[in-house]
Amino acid sequence: MMKKAVINLEELACPTCMQKIEAAAASVKGIDKSSIKVMFNASKLKVNFNEKEVTIEGIEKAIEDIGYPVIKAKVVTI
Amino acid sequence: MQKYILAHKKELTVINGSLLLLALLDHFFLTQGKIVPFALILSGIVGVLPIAIQAYQSLKVKIVSIDVLVTIAVFGAFFVQSYEEAAVVTFLFLAGHFLEQATLSKTRKAIKALTEMAPEVSLKKNQADQFEEVPIDEVHEGDILLVKTGGKVPVDGKVLTGSGYVNEASITGESKTANKQIGSAVYAGTILENGTFQLQAERVGEDSAFGKIIELVEEAQDSKSSAERFIDKFSKYYTPVVLLLAIIVGLITKDIELAVTVLVLGCPGALVIGIPVSNVAGIGNGAKHGILLKGSETIQDFSKVDTMVFDKTGTLTVGAPRVNKVISNPEINENKAISTLVSIEAESDHPLAQAVVKTYPDTLKYPVTQTQVIKGGGITATVNGNKVTLGNLQLIKTNKIKLRPEEIAQSKGLEAEGNSLIFMAINNQLALILGIKDQLRPNVKNELASLKKLGVKNLVLLSGDNQGTVDQIAQQLSLTEAKGNMLPEDKAMYIKKLQEEGKNVTFVGDGVNDSPSLATANTGIAMGNGTDVAIETSDIVLLNSDFSRLAPALRLVKSTRHNMLQNIVIAVGVVLFLLSSLLFSNWINMGIGMFVHEASIIVVILNALRLLNHRLKR
Repeated sequence: MMKKAVINLEELACPTCMQKIEAAAASVKGIDKSSIKVMFNASKLKVNFNEKEVTIEGIEKAIEDIGYPVIKAKVVTI
Repeated sequence: MQKYILAHKKELTVINGSLLLLALLDHFFLTQGKIVPFALILSGIVGVLPIAIQAYQSLKVKIVSIDVLVTIAVFGAFFVQSYEEAAVVTFLFLAGHFLEQATLSKTRKAIKALTEMAPEVSLKKNQADQFEEVPIDEVHEGDILLVKTGGKVPVDGKVLTGSGYVNEASITGESKTANKQIGSAVYAGTILENGTFQLQAERVGEDSAFGKIIELVEEAQDSKSSAERFIDKFSKYYTPVVLLLAIIVGLITKDIELAVTVLVLGCPGALVIGIPVSNVAGIGNGAKHGILLKGSETIQDFSKVDTMVFDKTGTLTVGAPRVNKVISNPEINENKAISTLVSIEAESDHPLAQAVVKTYPDTLKYPVTQTQVIKGGGITATVNGNKVTLGNLQLIKTNKIKLRPEEIAQSKGLEAEGNSLIFMAINNQLALILGIKDQLRPNVKNELASLKKLGVKNLVLLSGDNQGTVDQIAQQLSLTEAKGNMLPEDKAMYIKKLQEEGKNVTFVGDGVNDSPSLATANTGIAMGNGTDVAIETSDIVLLNSDFSRLAPALRLVKSTRHNMLQNIVIAVGVVLFLLSSLLFSNWINMGIGMFVHEASIIVVILNALRLLNHRLKR
């Protein structure tokens, strides 16, 4: 079952943080790589993921592990 | 531990800076350099700690981020015992980051203000018939909700009971209040200034009109043009290349200081940030003024427009016909005649009859009897004991009602000016001739003149109306071209033809039945009232159908594009300047390099901030 997550991050400001977050999300198994979208100005990450392979908590942890605190995450079924 | 250090980055920056200051003071005033090296070493260590952690985290996901370059540079500086540079570079990098964050959030302010207007809670009727506060996510279609004075309407819906005055600025862009009664439609994000009502939810969350606006603007601020996608790809390889270059320089010259200087000078910054900051500031300014721009590509396209194609009804004209001219018989009291007219027309739903009723909303009405509708002709009825004949010229002729020669001439004149005609006779004596016409929007002419001044060469009108009406408007507004009798498909075909001639075409329509043209044109502009807009097919939405936002919109995209170009020039210029200084002079070092680098980032952000205060009206 595919789900869509919209994750609000702390305000993004650095030039290369988009690449970092994108790469961190891509390294999580169960995330559809083509769906990864880091929104620099909105400070959001949007991904589609397979809930059988990974949980939203797992995704949040991967992002926080590279130093970007998650403010809130919203998951909807697609 | 890593998290703890990153969470206290601000404090570390302060310590790092204070130690640096102490070293400077010491160097000049205090012990003349005894504690300088210790202060600098400590400052450098404290400063590099958070940067090194970020570098480690990004290497974990195989990205050579800017932190990696800076960390290696600082380690290099330590290695050659250049503690001063290590301390200065780390301080500038950390402090610069906070300054960037503060200025960046200013560029995002306008859009944030908009998204924060989204309702978060709602008073929902539960099974016990009580209203309780619930998060907006728990409201579904069909739920019954309560809104009190000062409260936000949480969803799109219909008023069930109660009434009130609602400020609809969030969806119309204009701070006007609207009166809402039972059955009125109300919209999410609007504010009930006075009154109380219950409503039934029809569209919730992202499906509501306001939800769509927010979604559009939020997506727009991060949308990318092909040029930006190129820069993104470029910057992905840029940092590893800089690292490689520094290593090569180090190996060839055996000069570690030079190698780490290359690392610092090569830091990407202004180039990566320059376009997105202009984008967010430009789109934010538009959103504040009821101009919704769908993204970066739209800004590029619309700023180069040379041909604008307009729809007529609802775009150049108000879209609501009104009585334009009244010719009355001097032998008959005009007020009484108009009251008679309105009394009869009020019973009809013919568009012309509606136009009459809307023109005279407060007229005294008489009882009407023996109404008879004559198909394709009009109405006959009895009012105050008089026989009234009301309709087109054909009806007047069949009833053998006489028209005087000057009346015939005047009615011909009205028709040539694009009016539809209504004749009314009382007891077979002609009483009134009315010319009914869709009015031009106020100030259309001035707006079109401003567009021409902004470089739009061709102004074209395409309409489904007859050629006579279309020509008349074209002449009145001095348009370049006007074509009538066109179906929606014909309009799209015509736009394609213009594009094949090499023109950059913008189509402006009311968004109701012009989807093919909106989609075909290089830029599609929908004039909507924020609630029924064809948001999906258009690139720009002018809220509240406000034609006077068209020229400001063009001015805004032109300024935004210039701003982006300026930022690119600043960014590329700075890198070229630094590299050539390194090659051809000897005053450059790591500290100055980092300072110029951070300064250039702040400069592009400040430059973008100018857009936020850019005045749209002249």
